[in-house]
Amino acid sequence: MTLLPSASANASEVDRLLWALLAISLAVLVLVFALLLRYITRYRANSPVDRGVEGTKSWIFESAWTGATLLVFLGLFVWGANLYVRMFNPPQDALRIYVVAKQWMWKVEHPSGQREINALHVPLNRAVQLIMTSEDVIHDFSVPAFRIKHDVLPGRYETLGFTATRAGTYPLYCTQFCGVNHSMMTGEVVVLPPAQFAAWLARNPVADDLVGEGRTLYIRYGCSGCHARGAEVATVRAPPLEGLYGRPVPLSDGRTVTADERYLHDSIVAPGAQIVAGYQDLMPSYAGQISEEDLLKLVTYIKSLSPESPP
Amino acid sequence: MSAESADIKIPAAAVDRSYLHDGTSLKSWLLTTDHKRIAILYFASITAFFFLGGAAAALVRFNLITPQGLLGSPETYNRLFTMHGVVMVWFFLVPAVPVTLGNFIIPLMIGARDLAFPRLNLFSWYLFMVGGTITLWALFVGGLDTGWTFYTPLSTTYSKGHVALAAAGIFVAGFSSIATGLNFIITIHRLRAPGLTWYRLPVFIWSMYSLSVLLVLATPVLAITLLLMLLERLFHIGVFDPAVGGDPLLFQHLFWFYSHPAVYMMILPGFGVISEIIPAFARRPIFGYKFLVWASVAIAVISFFVWGHHMFVAGTSVYSAVLFSILSYMVAVPSAIKVFNWLGTLHKGYIHFDAPMLYALGFIGLFTIGGVTGLWVAALAADVHLTQTYFVVAHFHYIMVGGMVSAYFGGLHYWWPKITGRMYPEAWARIAALVMFIGFNLTFFPQFILGYLGMPRRYATYAPEFQVLNVLSSAGSTILAAAYLLPLAYLLWSLLHGKRAPQNPWRATGLEWQTPSPPPTVNFIATPHVTQGPYAYARPDKESSAKEPPHGEAHE
Repeated sequence: MTLLPSASANASEVDRLLWALLAISLAVLVLVFALLLRYITRYRANSPVDRGVEGTKSWIFESAWTGATLLVFLGLFVWGANLYVRMFNPPQDALRIYVVAKQWMWKVEHPSGQREINALHVPLNRAVQLIMTSEDVIHDFSVPAFRIKHDVLPGRYETLGFTATRAGTYPLYCTQFCGVNHSMMTGEVVVLPPAQFAAWLARNPVADDLVGEGRTLYIRYGCSGCHARGAEVATVRAPPLEGLYGRPVPLSDGRTVTADERYLHDSIVAPGAQIVAGYQDLMPSYAGQISEEDLLKLVTYIKSLSPESPP
Repeated sequence: MSAESADIKIPAAAVDRSYLHDGTSLKSWLLTTDHKRIAILYFASITAFFFLGGAAAALVRFNLITPQGLLGSPETYNRLFTMHGVVMVWFFLVPAVPVTLGNFIIPLMIGARDLAFPRLNLFSWYLFMVGGTITLWALFVGGLDTGWTFYTPLSTTYSKGHVALAAAGIFVAGFSSIATGLNFIITIHRLRAPGLTWYRLPVFIWSMYSLSVLLVLATPVLAITLLLMLLERLFHIGVFDPAVGGDPLLFQHLFWFYSHPAVYMMILPGFGVISEIIPAFARRPIFGYKFLVWASVAIAVISFFVWGHHMFVAGTSVYSAVLFSILSYMVAVPSAIKVFNWLGTLHKGYIHFDAPMLYALGFIGLFTIGGVTGLWVAALAADVHLTQTYFVVAHFHYIMVGGMVSAYFGGLHYWWPKITGRMYPEAWARIAALVMFIGFNLTFFPQFILGYLGMPRRYATYAPEFQVLNVLSSAGSTILAAAYLLPLAYLLWSLLHGKRAPQNPWRATGLEWQTPSPPPTVNFIATPHVTQGPYAYARPDKESSAKEPPHGEAHE
């Protein structure tokens, strides 16, 4: 297909599946329409053709076409599911870029601090993982040229991975109806060769990177008052955050969760939901107090306190 | 088991006059408990809703002729596609065949005098009208811009439209569905004519039965979901809103738990209608009766376990997506069985191309296209690309409009002589069927391509490269609109000027054809006794059976 470029590793695989679906669909349609046309011409009421004896053992036909249908369907299921599951397992060294959606705008924050509105610059041939959240309603980040899309939900982090394989500029759409100006919530994804991407990053200087901005917010919102840094203060009221990211956290209700981005985010906006074992439910909720963009910076800063943590 | 017993006295007047002449005052219509008259009330309401929803669709297509949007206002556009969806789903597609054709034909087909609960039946119509009026009022006075899906937190917190009122109307209309479902289930269990065993029931009755089970089991979930959404919107109780600890995905789970079975509520009656028309005009017993019957039941059961396939990119777990994908393929198997069985019925038949048959053949073609494209969106990785684009719009319109609406028109033409006692102009009816098929394909086929190219749904404005296909689609929709207005004109004309219909114009075997057209208020002058299966069509080439043996006979 010429009209829609295939610009990611995933896109060509999805296209192969779509071609297979097209071939199977055409085969079924040709079969059905051919039989239909043959029967309605051959067996029209005034046709003298000999009808012979009507078949009686319909169950042979029934089991045959039920079985054949089932087999084809199972094959399609395995193909589609396998590809889908692989899309959800991005490589460990993926470049993590943050996306915040709001009515009716996409805001992008690069780990090194660059910001974009309704645009996303990514390097060519490098795995990228988007970490996405919404400030209001449900949106959806969709890039047809990459054959990817995923809903962006308020109050939680959803991820979407891709590896762009062709330099160029591709449309970005919000595809989950999000209110009056839904159709204006579009943008572009710009894929640059690595050198040009580095140059682009350099052309967009920033006051501080995400970690630095997060550190400032960490102090401004008073986090440091309770979650004291370093070993010199015995933290009694609140658990320490150094080395937390990526580790299992035992909770007071007996469960154990992994401290991923979603856990860090949720622990700021709804701290009472997952109390760390051995601590009391003291922390106030910051829901509505801190914007999703600032939350991202805080989470990034807390992540940076675990130097050896998985990227 | 018989509905009647010998000691019931039938008033002489009721035998002589058709149900249409049994009282002519407005009161005799508005307070009737005759299932046939209630069906006529429903016909009037459903037709009004269909043309209202159709007008909204026409304006949607009008807007999309240019990339900037001819209506000029995204807000107006959003309200229009929401109105189209809400009206068409809840006030046309789900009720259409059951409350009109079903209401009229079920008792006649099973040899009963009425539904089990005639007064409940009338009450259902009033509930439907109250719900419809409330919703329409919300749509017209305040406007609604959430789409028919009411996703939270857009509907609960951010939309400025009249969400609460519209949802209240749908809530009320839901009880009409539940009451109708109960009425049908009990009627089919208790009021079958003597000798009419389960395996002698026409496939239409089995479809109505499966549909009724869906109505009764799924509609309460919709009621609960809408109620929760209302409470959330009015009092912010925190069920769906993440800002107060809720989960917006919970709404989608609950909503689709109703709305996916609802898709089958729309199409199962269509299957039933087609399964009556094809044997009647192919002059052949239906192929694989038991497979068709149990396919309907299987669809009804499996349809409750596939709702998650609406949420493959919504943020549910990968494992649940895999599970829902395979279940979605499973639910497609019985539908495929049905298509093969209809083809099998045509094989070695004596096929007549009367208008109902043209609609039925159109149904097979369009439903098959809708069905195979369902395989695309059930394949997980393909769905990620295609969902929320025009591909999905085209796919479900092929099922709902190409399939269900074709079936509705097929059934309407098939039973029109029975319902009104008049024949429609056959030539016009054939032309309308043909134009509808052409207009439909021109409207919706380009949307498959638009979807692959990535054009999102529900966009008031779009990128210029999508314009050619959108113009094609809009052009097709004008042909489709004309094709829908044609039957309105010639069917109304036939009410006054159509030829008088004989008792059985199609020489069909169903019990409904063993009573005058239009039937007397009591349906049957004498209780029919059923002695064989429903599709005992004789082969015209055998001299011994030049005359069709009817499904049952009326014993004097």
